[in-house]
Amino acid sequence: MVIDTRVCQKHAPCEDCIHACHHIHNVPQIPYKKHEIKWIWKDEFEHAFPDTAHEYANEVLKGREFLLLCNHCEHPPCVRVCPTQATFKREDGIVMMDMHRCIGCRFCMAACPYGSRSFNWRDPRPFIKDPNPEYPTRMKGVVEKCTFCTERLAQGKLPACAEACKYGAIVVGDLADPHSEINKILREHFTLRRKVHLGTGPSVFYII
Amino acid sequence: MHDAGKVIPGIIAFVLFVTLPFWSNFGKAAPKPQPEIPKEYKKCVESRDFMRREHMKLLRKWRFDVVRNNMRIYINSEGQPINMSLQNECMRCHSSKKKFCDVCHNYVSAHPYCWNCHIPPEERKGWATKEVKSLTEEASSKQPASHH
Repeated sequence: MVIDTRVCQKHAPCEDCIHACHHIHNVPQIPYKKHEIKWIWKDEFEHAFPDTAHEYANEVLKGREFLLLCNHCEHPPCVRVCPTQATFKREDGIVMMDMHRCIGCRFCMAACPYGSRSFNWRDPRPFIKDPNPEYPTRMKGVVEKCTFCTERLAQGKLPACAEACKYGAIVVGDLADPHSEINKILREHFTLRRKVHLGTGPSVFYII
Repeated sequence: MHDAGKVIPGIIAFVLFVTLPFWSNFGKAAPKPQPEIPKEYKKCVESRDFMRREHMKLLRKWRFDVVRNNMRIYINSEGQPINMSLQNECMRCHSSKKKFCDVCHNYVSAHPYCWNCHIPPEERKGWATKEVKSLTEEASSKQPASHH
């Protein structure tokens, strides 16, 4: 996935992708911060790229908001630590969760350096205003995160965030295919990935 | 035996007391569960006998195939493709969890946790009943309980 942060900045404070994702996947809107559930959210440069940011950073980057989500790492630490293999990496590289197996131990939350995972401290259902009846909710005591819309990919659709973006800021594609559009974009633009030095091989790229 | 006159009636009284539930229900069978079967559809995924006996194994296989193997189409014994989904496929015909699933599950006291996450047809409209503000206050006042 490539996110063009210039486009996001131009159309701030657009949050169409976040709303689309959270609606489709029945992600609850819990106003109490400590119980918050998020699959895709925004944060500033120094939080998204703490190893790259410094106090002399340029003004443009300082004001820009970055879309953050699960990076679907090449070497996902969450998968390594999961004791029940509830989190696993699919052959196509998507880091997927089998909610039937999650026991809520939260090892994955400790392992993930990107904060991409949320724990259900309480029953999420009362906080889902307008549920999507075609997708399940989660229950109290499990961890959840972005699944790269595996259910939509199976139907030949794009992930909800990419589809919802009116300005085409989110591009999804096959990194393993050298002729894919995403590889072309990556060749033509300067991109950053989050916390690369940790060796997780994040698969979400940010055009700066 | 010492005090046989007290011990033996005592044992008999004890046995009668312990088996009291059996005697009180003797001859009265609980009514056979009658799950409501959709009238407009004649056929389920497999034969009725198979579904009665094996639906839990079938659903278990489905969830494994869909979530872990990314296989979403089940080919039944007649060669027909079926979308493997409890929430969207099974409940399309069986339009009531209360009148179908619960009837037998309650009878045999089985409590599968499918509906903790999957949305039953009855609850499609949602649960956001309480005001979010009161829920938030309630949440922040309580220490999060341990789970499981």
